[in-house]
Amino acid sequence: MDAKALAEGIQAGRLDDDALKAGFSDLHPNLDGHEALVAADRCYFCHDAPCITACPTDIDIPLFIRQIATGTPEAAAKTILDQNILGGMCARVCPTETLCEEACVREAAEGKPVQIGRLQRYATDTLMAAGVHPFDRAEATGKTVAVVGAGPAGLACAHRLAMKGHDVVIYDARPKAGGLNEFGIAAYKSTDEFAAREVDWLLQIGGITVETGKAMGRDISLSDLRDRFDAVFLGIGLGGVNALGAPGEDKDGVLDAVDFIADLRQASDLAALPVGRDVVVIGGGMTAVDAAVQSKLLGALNVSIVYRRGQDRMNASVFEQELAASKGVRIITNASPVAVHGNGAVREIEFEYTDDQLQPTGQTFRLAADQVMKAIGQTLEGDDLPALEGRKIAVTGAGRTSVDGVWAGGDCASGGDDLTVTAVAEGRDAAEDIHSSLMG
Amino acid sequence: MADLTSNFIGIKSPNPFWLASAPPTDKEYNVRRAFEAGWGGVVWKTLGLDPHIVNVNGPRYGAIWGADRRLLGLNNIELITDRPLEVNLQEIKSVKRDYPDRAVIVSLMVPCEEDPWEFILKKVEDTGADGVELNFGCPHGMSERGMGSAVGQVPEYIEMVTRWAKAHTRMPVIVKLTPNITDIRKPAQAAKDGGADAVSLINTINSITSVNLDLFAPEPTIDGKGAHGGYCGPAVKPIALNMVAEIARSADLQGLPISGIGGVTTWRDAAEFMALGAGNVQVCTAAMTYGFKIVQEMISGLSQYMDEKGFTSVDEIVGRAVPNCSDWQHLNLNYIAKAKINEDLCIKCGRCYAACEDTSHQAIAMSDDRVFSVKDDECVACNLCVNVCPVENCITMEQLPVGAIDERTGKVVEADYANWTTHPNNPAAKAAE
Ligand SMILES: Cc1cc2nc3c(=O)[nH]c(=O)nc-3n(C[C@H](O)[C@H](O)[C@H](O)COP(=O)(O)OP(=O)(O)OC[C@H]3O[C@@H](n4cnc5c(N)ncnc54)[C@H](O)[C@@H]3O)c2cc1C
Ligand SMILES: Cc1cc2nc3c(=O)[nH]c(=O)nc-3n(C[C@H](O)[C@H](O)[C@H](O)COP(=O)(O)O)c2cc1C
Ligand code: SF4
Repeated sequence: MDAKALAEGIQAGRLDDDALKAGFSDLHPNLDGHEALVAADRCYFCHDAPCITACPTDIDIPLFIRQIATGTPEAAAKTILDQNILGGMCARVCPTETLCEEACVREAAEGKPVQIGRLQRYATDTLMAAGVHPFDRAEATGKTVAVVGAGPAGLACAHRLAMKGHDVVIYDARPKAGGLNEFGIAAYKSTDEFAAREVDWLLQIGGITVETGKAMGRDISLSDLRDRFDAVFLGIGLGGVNALGAPGEDKDGVLDAVDFIADLRQASDLAALPVGRDVVVIGGGMTAVDAAVQSKLLGALNVSIVYRRGQDRMNASVFEQELAASKGVRIITNASPVAVHGNGAVREIEFEYTDDQLQPTGQTFRLAADQVMKAIGQTLEGDDLPALEGRKIAVTGAGRTSVDGVWAGGDCASGGDDLTVTAVAEGRDAAEDIHSSLMG
Repeated sequence: MADLTSNFIGIKSPNPFWLASAPPTDKEYNVRRAFEAGWGGVVWKTLGLDPHIVNVNGPRYGAIWGADRRLLGLNNIELITDRPLEVNLQEIKSVKRDYPDRAVIVSLMVPCEEDPWEFILKKVEDTGADGVELNFGCPHGMSERGMGSAVGQVPEYIEMVTRWAKAHTRMPVIVKLTPNITDIRKPAQAAKDGGADAVSLINTINSITSVNLDLFAPEPTIDGKGAHGGYCGPAVKPIALNMVAEIARSADLQGLPISGIGGVTTWRDAAEFMALGAGNVQVCTAAMTYGFKIVQEMISGLSQYMDEKGFTSVDEIVGRAVPNCSDWQHLNLNYIAKAKINEDLCIKCGRCYAACEDTSHQAIAMSDDRVFSVKDDECVACNLCVNVCPVENCITMEQLPVGAIDERTGKVVEADYANWTTHPNNPAAKAAE
């Protein structure tokens, strides 16, 4: 262990290039042809297959696996993309262990499901490598739709609408399209600029204009969009971050996990990215795991995830928790932050143990920390939105909001899990509903 | 997406995938669901005269499996339809009315007399069905009563019944052949001579799939006894392909349309039957194993294949491999190949070594660290190693270029084609000199 690895404080270049490259390489590399055939061979082609039901986008999984098995991965890709235009990204980021693969009958039979996610990637990567976009636009309808947010929900909605012959303009506040695919997903799940390549590939359908750097509420308004377009879809995700509510939260070194991850995803040189020696991540979801693991991969020496409830309540799947543990991340549960200590910059963070009802127990402990990352949930941002339900935009049916002609889907809309695949399903279904109401 | 429209002896269907006459086409409920799933046509489960036959009330299927319990071969002792004729006819009429674009063929089996054939053909004609298939194939039960394969094994009967059928209906007549004969061309010729519009093959093969070693009886066992059944599924495909090819390349049978049946499970199987001369294919076991939905893979796969090949009609596939179906004596003896092992793909299981060392030509070397390589001076290019290797494309057959030396024989590879008929070791060739 060298001095760089041990250096206190927030430092860049803790690891050499080789170690960084190895750490941030593809978590599940694509299967090769032989592996794909062996994996596909295990599918039983179940009737009314439980994996289909478990997939939020209802991909016909047995069919696409059979198409791989019979040597037509391109046809398999078409089967996938028919239902889920971001099937490539979902193959990389879906928590399959709690979705399709959990439902696989071979999980029940042998505790070893068919590798659905990786087969999905094999098929979609084959098609995309060939540069094929297997969809055409229907005849132009003359209708126009504004989509706000170029994340999975907005992109899925826009593609389906363009396919139906409508003209779509996507507005996004960020400088790049992709939403959390581009700025949020862990780097080792989306390597080689996959998010950007997938957006380019998706836009090959035509009829979609993307305007980046355009924020609703700043550069454009919802009422303006309603005037100018026949329909509006909101897929703005959750831009805000919850506050800790602990004294000292404003000290240097305390940051939002999503900002840390966004910087990491956009960094051209990981060695130039600073990270603490002692990192504490607060939260229990996918974001907490991603922030902790990636801190570790950048060279942080001690990384802990601290979650206020029991481990069984963590939103991060068992697979994600095990991934964190395998990288050397320590998971501490039943503890809530009570104070951030340090002179200007954080030095320590103090926690109090809680019981299962989240009641403080009076027992406290401190962890050394030169960086504290908050991953305790994102919130909807923006005024002038349709009516809310709880802290999200209220929707009924396929994403209809309280405002006529305005649909919403993805993380910003009520109902559904906050997952990429759910966002795709909701965007797609809203597009179908928009189409029928525009043409009806 | 390629156009898969099929026109088989004037019978149109949106794709060349028909369900064969069997349980999948036993009744209206099935056939409607099959059409909804995308099947291009059906051959209705074989009709007979009333009183309708009865089936056993114990198990009627036996099977063999590959690894992972994949069903490879199915054996059955089911008879023809066990429902009243009128019920079937009503249902056929109603389905055909609702699915005018799909092919509905009716399979028939009645005693070997002209009257019952005339009677049933008129009835079928009234349903609006597109054609009939004469079931001369069923190898169990019905054959004991002088029908099914009992007819299909006697070319004179085939010709006679086919002639009656052609005389009593304007519908196209397909004759379904049994593989339980020695030379498939004879029954095919008889069908042709009787005026058949097409033949379909194969029906099931006589078989016993397994023996219960506690009961000492063949499976499926009914009250301690078993009877031979008819074998079908992926295991019979090679036999069916050969029979189709035999007919397709026979000069006497030139132009006789063929509906290919036997083990069709994927788009590739279908394309292979068609390349060997089948105008379309019929499927039974694959649907019985996986459900009607498998046709979707057949459709997408065939379509992708046709697009890749630039074929715009399924007819472009039909018969394309027939000119290359040759006899052994015409194969080029100057074509010389050697096996080649790709060390990057090799997983070092050693199966090729065991196969070649123990049962072939001792042409594979194995090093102390389990590197396997082919000895070109021993390899006869038999292909056994390729077939036993678990990794696809790990071992390939590489043709030696003209002018190269075959290390096994020390001879230069010649450019000229030369076969057994002119080979010096052939006594017949010498005699001709
Ligand atoms: C760190 C992290 C890791 C994750 N990992 C996974 C994972 O592994 N697997 C998984 O399935 N899910 C994961 N998720 C969840 C997943 O990323 C989201 O559920 C998904 O991206 C939601 O899609 P969306 O389109 O609704 O929103 P987003 O992806 O958030 O996209 C919203 C878009 O709207 C834009 N926008 C916001 N406000 C405005 C405005 N006012 N005007 C214009 N544009 C605006 C944003 O710039 C953004 O591009 C993760 C989330 C995070 C934060
Ligand atoms: C249970 C069963 C019943 C069958 N019944 C008939 C029949 O009534 N008439 C007929 O012509 N063929 C019948 N067959 C044969 C099939 O139509 C078909 O020729 C054969 O199964 C080979 O095709 P496959 O390998 O796709 O199954 C039957 C097959 C099975 C398995
Ligand atoms: S398949 Fe259906 S009819 Fe046949 S034995 Fe099973 S339950 Fe009975």
